[in-house]
Amino acid sequence: MNDSIVMAVLISAIFYGTPLLYAALGEVLAERSGVLNLGVEGMMLMGAVVGSVISSRLDAPGPIVLLVAFLAAMVAGALTALLHAFATITLRVNQTVSGLTLTILAGGAGLSSYLANVWQLKDPATHQFQRLNIGGLKDLPIVGPLLFDQTLLTYLSWVAVAVCSWYLFKTRTGLNLRSVGESPSTADAMGLNVVRTRYIHTMIGGAMAGIGGICFSLSIVPTWVDGMTAGRGWIALALVIFGFWRPLWVMVGAYLFGALSSLSLILQARGFAVPPELLDSLPYIMTVVVLVVVSAGWSSKTLSAPDALGTAFEREAR
Amino acid sequence: MPAPGSSTADAVTGATPAHTKTGPMAVSMRGITKRFAGGVVANDGVDLDVAPGEVHALLGENGAGKSTLSNVLTGLYRQDEGTVSLFGKPVSFSSPKDAIAAGVAMVHQHFRLVTKFTVAENFLLGSGGSFDAKNAAERITALGKEYGLEVDPNANVWELSVGEQQRVEILKALDRRAKILILDEPTAVLTPQEADALFATMRRMTEDGRSVIFISHKLHEVMKVSDRVTTLRDGRTVGTVVTKDVTSADLARQMVGRSVVFSEDDVEDRPEVDPSRLVLDVLGLSAVGVRPQSSPKSVDLQVKAGEIVAICGVSGNGQRELAASIYGLLKRTSGTVKVNGVESKQKGPRESTALGLAFIPEDRLKTGLSASLPIKSNLALKGYRFAPMSSGPFLKHKVIKANAEEKVKRYGIKCPGIDTPTRVLSGGNVQKVLLAREIGANPHILIASTPTRGLDVGAIETVRSLLMEAARNGTGVLLITEDLDEAMALAHRLVVMFEGRIAGEFHRGDFNIEKIGLLMGGHSGEDGAA
Repeated sequence: MNDSIVMAVLISAIFYGTPLLYAALGEVLAERSGVLNLGVEGMMLMGAVVGSVISSRLDAPGPIVLLVAFLAAMVAGALTALLHAFATITLRVNQTVSGLTLTILAGGAGLSSYLANVWQLKDPATHQFQRLNIGGLKDLPIVGPLLFDQTLLTYLSWVAVAVCSWYLFKTRTGLNLRSVGESPSTADAMGLNVVRTRYIHTMIGGAMAGIGGICFSLSIVPTWVDGMTAGRGWIALALVIFGFWRPLWVMVGAYLFGALSSLSLILQARGFAVPPELLDSLPYIMTVVVLVVVSAGWSSKTLSAPDALGTAFEREAR
Repeated sequence: MPAPGSSTADAVTGATPAHTKTGPMAVSMRGITKRFAGGVVANDGVDLDVAPGEVHALLGENGAGKSTLSNVLTGLYRQDEGTVSLFGKPVSFSSPKDAIAAGVAMVHQHFRLVTKFTVAENFLLGSGGSFDAKNAAERITALGKEYGLEVDPNANVWELSVGEQQRVEILKALDRRAKILILDEPTAVLTPQEADALFATMRRMTEDGRSVIFISHKLHEVMKVSDRVTTLRDGRTVGTVVTKDVTSADLARQMVGRSVVFSEDDVEDRPEVDPSRLVLDVLGLSAVGVRPQSSPKSVDLQVKAGEIVAICGVSGNGQRELAASIYGLLKRTSGTVKVNGVESKQKGPRESTALGLAFIPEDRLKTGLSASLPIKSNLALKGYRFAPMSSGPFLKHKVIKANAEEKVKRYGIKCPGIDTPTRVLSGGNVQKVLLAREIGANPHILIASTPTRGLDVGAIETVRSLLMEAARNGTGVLLITEDLDEAMALAHRLVVMFEGRIAGEFHRGDFNIEKIGLLMGGHSGEDGAA
């Protein structure tokens, strides 16, 4: 039963959906503070390359190497996001322009490739995130392979979804964060620090995109390839809208897209004659459909984007 | 706690305190100067003293510096010069947080509420304590009972009326134990009855020893509710007086620096209505508004040539949607619109223009004009597609230039030149550009949506006389306004809208502010007995 095609799709939905989930969750936090960061793709690649180099060069026991790589990828993503934060929050540059610039700067033909070149990354990562068979339960029917045979990155992503959900909707700080994204002038008048809130969440968003990056370089691929995220950063951005800026919905979306992007491999492996190009384009077609449906006014007032998303905040505006 | 021996003791001698109480002033601002980028001096050495337990009015025209001064007091702006003391203690606020901690709260003209949050969630914002919406809801209910400001704590703010949202703002200030409450033009969005209820609340708050700073430019309200008045003009303090020692004419003179109050008695040469020519005939018009209350519902409306009809109502009751759907910017779900006898086919603004409809939208620089285009281009926007301004696909710049020069002269538009981007003009001159374009086309009907909002007194007078002149030339004017005084001064007929319906109609000579107010607030006009 655990070998059925449905199971194969579900398993890879989680496997391929995990990097999307991290990147989209991070973007949810940034956008909830009112900062649209189109640089997700670039931040993922920065995390991926930094994680890759640490995995290959750091001489230490495997778990420690992976821990350091994980933290370093977060730092790399956060520092990349800091550029965007400084440009859009402090200098009030247009957020779309700055985000695009970030992806071009750090992306497939930019800084991440340059670093990979300098560090001469070409072999598979020495240490990788392996599947962990938790409590030996992986042979249980259905739930075994889905819930108990994942990498640590996937287990952590479930924790991240729960924490983000709780943070956004059940804590005071989360309420403050949402108010900054909805109406910064209100938040400001209530004595909240709009600038600080935006900086922090933009950087957390970058850190999570960085983790999304090592999902590729230390788990899925796991060798450094220039531009290895192959547009997943953009799908993560669409997922934020698909998920109405809510962590749980974002998780559903991430796994749906994960399933779509693995479908061609699975069908080919089992000998179905479907043109792979058609299947490979499914996630992107789906993205277009989702964006059209969501933008067509189908979403209600409470499900829509943060009101101040994409706008700079300036107190002494006049 | 007041610091003994503070410097405020001699500072208050300039103005006589209304109350015989001794002790330090609740608020003492000395020589406040605030400059903005671009050389605008919004406050220039302003002094303000507010005693504990008084309602202190801050009077002045738009741009006189009232809002800037209060933003300094609430920590939103930082003064360039001058000192602020509260209860005798010098303070220096670097953010609103400090001001809140010191007991200063402000109800802004544009409410500082997150509309997607519930009332209780808005209460939780910024204040200390845990995430306990239930506890916040209980506090809201208790405070609401005490001060007569009842509101549902679990409602989303966007579902509340403007008056209710204001109540939430005041409750929030009370909840934070504000000792000094600033209300910035609080009555602008209220019916006369709601305003009276607010005044009662203000009194109730001063009985508790709180001070209320009431910012307004409405003289009768200042006379009615305040103990003392400080008047600002052009960013400077004109003086502080005890309200009961002065008349509203005195205050008006202080406020504008000359004795002009535009009232209905001043209108000579009122335009003549031509009863034989119906220029706008709206029958059974319905449309879908942003909220159910603002959807026009089978509205019938007639305007004759030369007639000025004012649509009054609290903002958000469908006035804006009515104007947009007559002009063709908003789809009508039913009903017909005839302009000078010709039925509109709802093809949009180009058709409306061709029919002889002109429109002054409320947002001048976004919907009315293109802010970055030069003045001459904005003046050509309605005519550039036809001769003489163009020939085939080509524009005739000479004609466009001549047209602009003629309009600038005729309408007295003050500008550096016709090639200047429109956005650099003052609000009054921007409105003149818009009026010149719209009235200049000699329309059958002109729809003017809050055309004087945010303008200074001089510009208001100009805009009003341009509307009158258009009517005198045979244009029917549909004036949408929230300013009852304006409606009563200009209109031949006054129509009240409530929740998308026409609630009542009054003819000149028959204007009854009491009844109009009741209708605006949704009460039936018949003695209020039903």
